[in-house]
Amino acid sequence: MTEMTASVTAARPPSDITKRSLPTSLIIHALLIAASLLMLYPLLWMVSASVRPENEIFSSTSFIPSSIDFASYARGWVGLDVSFGRFFWNSLVISLLVVMGNVIACSLTAFAFARLRFVGRNFWFAIMLGTLMIPYHVTLIPQYVLFLNLGWVNTILPLVVPKFLASDAFFIFLMVQFFRGIPRELDEAAMMDGCSAWRIYWKIMLPLSLPVLATAAIFSFIWTWDDFFGPLIYLNDMNTYTIQLGLRTFVDSTSASDWGGLFAMSTLTLVPVFFFFLFFQRLLIEGIATTGMKR
Amino acid sequence: MSNAMRTPAGAINVERYQGAVAEGRFRRLWNANAPGYLFLLPWLVGFFGLTLGPALISLYLSFTDFDMLQSPRWVGMANYVRIATADPKFSAAMHVTLTYVVFSVPFKLTFALLVAMALNRGLRGLSIYRAIFYLPSLLGGSVAIAVLWRQLFASDGLVNAALSHFGIEGPSWISHPSYSIYTLVALSVWQFGSPMIIFLAGLRQIPQDMYEAASLDGASKFRQFYKITLPLLTPVIFFNAVVQTIDAFKAFTPAFIISGGTGGPINSTLFYTLYLYQEAFGNFRMGYASALAWILVLIIAIFTAFSFLTSRYWVHYDD
Repeated sequence: MTEMTASVTAARPPSDITKRSLPTSLIIHALLIAASLLMLYPLLWMVSASVRPENEIFSSTSFIPSSIDFASYARGWVGLDVSFGRFFWNSLVISLLVVMGNVIACSLTAFAFARLRFVGRNFWFAIMLGTLMIPYHVTLIPQYVLFLNLGWVNTILPLVVPKFLASDAFFIFLMVQFFRGIPRELDEAAMMDGCSAWRIYWKIMLPLSLPVLATAAIFSFIWTWDDFFGPLIYLNDMNTYTIQLGLRTFVDSTSASDWGGLFAMSTLTLVPVFFFFLFFQRLLIEGIATTGMKR
Repeated sequence: MSNAMRTPAGAINVERYQGAVAEGRFRRLWNANAPGYLFLLPWLVGFFGLTLGPALISLYLSFTDFDMLQSPRWVGMANYVRIATADPKFSAAMHVTLTYVVFSVPFKLTFALLVAMALNRGLRGLSIYRAIFYLPSLLGGSVAIAVLWRQLFASDGLVNAALSHFGIEGPSWISHPSYSIYTLVALSVWQFGSPMIIFLAGLRQIPQDMYEAASLDGASKFRQFYKITLPLLTPVIFFNAVVQTIDAFKAFTPAFIISGGTGGPINSTLFYTLYLYQEAFGNFRMGYASALAWILVLIIAIFTAFSFLTSRYWVHYDD
């Protein structure tokens, strides 16, 4: 009986694939492949420009280099007074701390909103959603004055400490949505057994929420890695520069003279993001599809 | 009997146990609420210390002259008056930003929708295409992409090299004031990946039997799109339009890198946020920059309110 149903379902092709006739789907594939190439062309060209001999960079629009040469990487890496290794290290430290801050602080907050009862919960939840709408420009200047007076300018603190205070409301919202989907019976049963709120959070909610925590962690990392505005304002000493600031300084200082080095370093800054994309693509795409994220 | 039942249990012995009851009530209140507020504590500190407090201070600063060296000097509405009447750079920034919003958002959303529709309905290789189209969105915010873009549209860049194959001699797109903004529009449209993914999710929600029924009734593909897809997708279109527009108002990095932080040539890439940055951290006119920030909030708020008010005339919600 089960075999029969299985064969029936197998025999019937998935209805949505038959929707299009063969010529139509060929045309669609041709168009999509052309569009994909057009989309990727600038990126591929940049990567190939970074490994070709300097004199060949602008002589052809093709992206297959005549010979592969990593001299641009060696040159670019030490192209500034401070080496790119330092910038990478700074970016890595900041990004990892931001990931920690966001995951810890936002999950604590989201747990309170999604699972605990307390007076004023709905009020604070509405306020939290309201902060999603406020452009950061409004708090920018007083925050800068505050951090300047605390002596935090030229340190990573202004970029990291706010994240431990759950300043990224977006991730709170993302986690609240996820926590609400976890069956309530679990924590009610635990509460009956005398489990404290903290133990419910730590032993039940967090282990069951790994997908959303991972999504938040990956997006935190990528957005912090790519962030330009924050470091631009708070980091003025080249030893504290992140990779984005380093790259920008490289653009300004070498301008037209060392395109090879510039493309090599540009490519390097994209590598971590690209790897996250490669390994966690499904998680990222689901995160966007379910919540409507901006990027 | 019913009266007695309505009397609070503790009220009977009020005089004798008043103290104990009050203490018990406090303890109960504490036990019921403390865990919630403890979990909320980091966020509450952040909200008051980094959001509400600074926002109020910024509102105050917007009515002052403040250069970070001397304490703020109250100037009343002077900053706002100057923004509204006597600041050519503000009008330039407004013009650039609105041009950017008006061109980038519709093109981006149109591409996103077209590609999403092509990818919908179980196309083979969907996940590969989806990944390729999404990649630029993910990388797009970084300096490297802005650097690349600057090279693409330079006078000896890739775009002109491609055009020369067709015998067209392109201008220097980046350094030409009439074209520079459109190179940034192109950069934004190139990153259509995330609205595309949201459209894809929205298209999945539309029941297939609607199309089957429409096909049986002889409705053409175009009519099906116009009468089924588009109306049922309006909530998603609305969401994408609002999010992308607010994002476009806040664009910063590409304009900064492409113009080297100047907003040039001739203010043609002077995005609003770039101007705000220049005033605050270049000229240290913190009071004036605060006023600019509040004007931005006002513009975004008006736009959002307007979108929500008009949405009921064109956004179709399933009841």
